[in-house]
Amino acid sequence: MFRKSVDGAYRNFSREYGDTIEAVFDPVLYFLVWFEKLLQNSPWPLITLAILILVYLGSRSIYLTIGSLIALLLIGYFGMWEDTMSTVSIIGVCTFMSIGLGIPIGIAMSNSDRARAAITPILDVMQTMPSFVYLIPVVMLLGIGKIPGLLAVIIYAIPPIIRLTDLGIREVDKEVLEAADAFGANKAQKLFRVQLPLALPTIFAGINQTIMMALAMVVIASMIGVKGLGQPVLKAITNQYFTMGLLNGLAIVALAIIFDRVSQSFGKRLQQHRSGSRE
Amino acid sequence: MNKTKIKITNLYKIFGNNSKKYISSVRDGMSKDELLSKYNHVLGLDNINLNVEDQSIQVVMGLSGSGKSTLIRHINRLIEPTEGTVTVDGEDITKLNKMDLLEFRRNKTGMVFQRFALFPHQNILDNVQFGLSIKNLDKSDSIERAMYWIEKVGLTGFENKFPNQLSGGMQQRVGLARALATDPDILLMDEAFSALDPLIRTDMQDQLLELQKNLKKTIMFITHDLDEALKLGDRISILNGGKLVQDGNAEEILLKPADQYVANFVKDVNRIKVLKIKTILDQGGERANSNPTVNVNDSIENCLPAILESQSGLNVIDEKNNFVGSVSKNKIIDILQKSKD
Repeated sequence: MFRKSVDGAYRNFSREYGDTIEAVFDPVLYFLVWFEKLLQNSPWPLITLAILILVYLGSRSIYLTIGSLIALLLIGYFGMWEDTMSTVSIIGVCTFMSIGLGIPIGIAMSNSDRARAAITPILDVMQTMPSFVYLIPVVMLLGIGKIPGLLAVIIYAIPPIIRLTDLGIREVDKEVLEAADAFGANKAQKLFRVQLPLALPTIFAGINQTIMMALAMVVIASMIGVKGLGQPVLKAITNQYFTMGLLNGLAIVALAIIFDRVSQSFGKRLQQHRSGSRE
Repeated sequence: MNKTKIKITNLYKIFGNNSKKYISSVRDGMSKDELLSKYNHVLGLDNINLNVEDQSIQVVMGLSGSGKSTLIRHINRLIEPTEGTVTVDGEDITKLNKMDLLEFRRNKTGMVFQRFALFPHQNILDNVQFGLSIKNLDKSDSIERAMYWIEKVGLTGFENKFPNQLSGGMQQRVGLARALATDPDILLMDEAFSALDPLIRTDMQDQLLELQKNLKKTIMFITHDLDEALKLGDRISILNGGKLVQDGNAEEILLKPADQYVANFVKDVNRIKVLKIKTILDQGGERANSNPTVNVNDSIENCLPAILESQSGLNVIDEKNNFVGSVSKNKIIDILQKSKD
């Protein structure tokens, strides 16, 4: 009885508003498609060079840059370039959206204990609820495709950045905040000049986690039609193609390692002032 | 006598969720312990009345928990009073609205903290500039002013270092420069030198006194160290359990302690080092040429060699070399004996 009425109500809701909600996400979809096409259609040496420059700027490590080059060449050699670019594009967009949404939510949480009490259980649900469960309503509402996949990834990947933004801001030394107050800093000045800069290393740990979790969702997202490295993995599972699964799996791992090392060492560089040695 | 810069009137602070409710009980004489055991509220400040003279150093002294840090935070309203008023230049700052309070803090007060509270992510220049940048001043102007203060506190060459690259004493000099950079009338120093080791502390005290000669700020200085209080303070207020038990200059505190608490506090102080000749001076009289001559502002300790040489006592002169009176040998022996007790 309960099940029927809830399902029925939701079905009616999605029939009525599905198109409208889909339209809301159209700009995101356009951007996602544009970004994917850009990565796929540009000549690969150009993309490789761009990635390597980003890797070097982020990590300042020549070894990591060379390692990334080798990984990218191997991915190309084994014919996984297009899928990899699809994955990079969706991970990239998901990460940016998670940052864009997650940091303001985290700031709001750090500002008020009430907001924190309200949001924390939602984050718990988002992280522990099996992804298939929330995929059902998303697919019912928006059908199969990139946007539902994007939503599923964001739902799964956004909690760490929210939590760690909140944590990072709350961890800022009370005395330093008092000093900012004593000099007459208003709320915005405190946030942008003191709280966020000091929370940045923690926030970066959150961004790193978000990227990792987004990558972990690639295979599940491929089940609802997101292109990328997840699809061949899925195909390999159903057809028992071991090598195909392994290679694509390794490509995901390679991406994960590159993203992880770059974002981590970038985060570390941000907190250089903490470990700065005396001279 | 200068005019009053800060006037604190009937100031009460009760910590707890229902502080307003218990204010009348406290006013009727409920003690700190009773308030805590009965209502679980903490009495921070109990009817404080204090006038701080313009351009003077007012020391507030007490042990930890005496309410001295609470008191100083009422001057720039980092802590809201439960009742009472604090006026600065005749303006009641407890009535300021949010915007005016920010303006007040930006322009009228500077604060130095016990544990420095520098911004660890900013270099020294940006730390010193903080108050100026909050006011959105012209960038090159504020850099110039920050550099001036960095030089004043002797940290030229360290502008691009980060706070954790400096020693404690240097960090607190940054804290001092940061507080002075906005050129506030009032300098609030919350145990500013307590975290420093003794030699550096003495250095900083001397530096503060040296700066104050030209700056003429109104300084409220919190400390638990009596020697520091006696060295720096034009006036000294002693807090005990949130109550102001005595307010006076160094001599008054030493020679006429208001109660047993203050007496215990000053018991071990080396009196002859702190007391000046003028406090034991017999005015008028004749200059005795056989006796040595000392200045009114010398400490008794500094005059000891002269006393040993003297026949019957000392001639005392003021800064302009005018004879103002004498001190008999017996009086000095008296003081020396008393300080032994």
